[in-house]
Amino acid sequence: MRVSHLQVSDFRSWEHADLELEPGANVLVGRNGQGKTNLVEAVGYAATLGSHRVATDLPLIRHGCPRAIVRVAVVHDGRELTIELEITSGKANRARVNRAPMPRTRDVLGILRTVLFAPEDLALVRGDPGERRRFLDELLVLRAPRYAGVRADYDRVLRQRNALLKSSGHARRAGSRGDIGTLDVWDGHLARHGAELLGARLDLVADLGDHVTAGYAGVAPESRPAHIGYRSSIADSFPAEYGTPGTRADREVLHDALLAAMVAGRDAELERGVSLVGPHRDELELTLADLPAKGYASHGESWSFALALRLGSYELLRADGNEPVLVLDDVFAELDRRRRRRLAEVAAAAEQVLVTAAVEEDVPDELVGARFMVAEGKVARHHE
Amino acid sequence: MYEGPVQDLIDELGRLPGVGPKSAQRIAFHLLGADPADIARLQQALQKVKEGVVFCDVCGNVSEEATCRICRDARRDPGSVCVVEEPKDVLAIERTREFKGRYHVLGGALDPLSGIGPDQLRVRELLARISDQEVTEVILATDPNTEGEATATYLVRMLRDFPGLTVTRLASGLPMGGDLEFADELTLGRALSGRRTV
Repeated sequence: MRVSHLQVSDFRSWEHADLELEPGANVLVGRNGQGKTNLVEAVGYAATLGSHRVATDLPLIRHGCPRAIVRVAVVHDGRELTIELEITSGKANRARVNRAPMPRTRDVLGILRTVLFAPEDLALVRGDPGERRRFLDELLVLRAPRYAGVRADYDRVLRQRNALLKSSGHARRAGSRGDIGTLDVWDGHLARHGAELLGARLDLVADLGDHVTAGYAGVAPESRPAHIGYRSSIADSFPAEYGTPGTRADREVLHDALLAAMVAGRDAELERGVSLVGPHRDELELTLADLPAKGYASHGESWSFALALRLGSYELLRADGNEPVLVLDDVFAELDRRRRRRLAEVAAAAEQVLVTAAVEEDVPDELVGARFMVAEGKVARHHE
Repeated sequence: MYEGPVQDLIDELGRLPGVGPKSAQRIAFHLLGADPADIARLQQALQKVKEGVVFCDVCGNVSEEATCRICRDARRDPGSVCVVEEPKDVLAIERTREFKGRYHVLGGALDPLSGIGPDQLRVRELLARISDQEVTEVILATDPNTEGEATATYLVRMLRDFPGLTVTRLASGLPMGGDLEFADELTLGRALSGRRTV
């Protein structure tokens, strides 16, 4: 899979930009603040409908403009599809595929797949568990877009159930029953969507584990071995081998375990007014020789781990048979020479890789390909 | 900002669902230039909708009399009841001309975030109706979203204990005239799991 054409209007700092991209390496070079990252961010947005830098869409629209437009032509198996996204502030975004309007923007997910590595990814190792849950969920959606719906349904049921727990908790303390009779219904729905999300995450970790360990050994061969593991809030109630390589989690077992945990913890949940079990409380554990990476890893090791998570994702998607576009945003400057070379070897073998760098010398020589100079609101193809 | 009554009218119109500031302005100026007789008719219609419309004693649909047209119609099968969230859903199903039974309008769906539980819906009326009358089938036609699904599950539990009562849920799947390639995977997945032998 590759992007053959990228066009943006009023996106971030760009009034307009138009690039024909090549198979293999595409390197965007320009001083800081010229908008290199904004261009690869647009590609990432077309793949995930989210930015790797901000949580909301508003900063993506050029200041003072009503809407931003991102148009990306994707070539996959010799077929070209054009995704067009209109990002509007305060209104629903719109999506078109080959000029045909999509009923929901979510429908474009899966047309373009990217794996993006950026300086922000250090938070995968050092940040809150929420960062790592989001990493897993985004990768799930890349593998099977259906999970965007599962995740959204789970979040919605969770919010409804929390609201009910809160009001029923109040009612109980005041001596009345409230709507507690409907709690069983929400328990059932939370368990059903939760089992699907939890099972998918466990299976993902089972598939991803070896790729991350290998990726880490590749970029940091001198360091301790790296492993990932899934820690569930109901880990005691399902077989311990779930989430380890070669296993598949039984959704029925997870469903029953979640339901049982909710029944057992009902008093505590009513007391606190929040759902205490489910995938929203879980954690992706990152370990270096059995010690948690968070807190114990050095700066270099944390970087390597974040990189290994992205490279592992890339290898996993490739092993699934749909090779994603690899995007390396401003990362070579952060790595020492050996890690740079290792990363360049992986990248050079990719069907397409988009790289941004402030200084051309930071980009290893292995990455020969198209070069683009980004300066003063313009992108120019650089011909040797 | 316009002066006095014109701006008041624009503000009032702008509070209606689906009417933005631009549309409100357009409607206001249209009304300003309209024939007085047209305005009088609109005024009457507005007044009547508040004073004249009541909710049907049996099904909860909007009605002119104590019992709505569908509940009065002897040709409609009283044994089959289709449960919907809103009066507009009755109209949607009526347009199919497929359903010959009667309706029950809940007046919403379970929605704890908005403080709506079974007591805010016409659930008790539904249960009373089923125990009093000769109802043999209940079709749950709540929306296929989180709240609608939860409401359907809740009703299934409440209706389980009625002997001889068949409870069904609307099928969910692919829209007619659609393109498989562009169907989202959730819908397609549901359509696949709910497939039928032909």
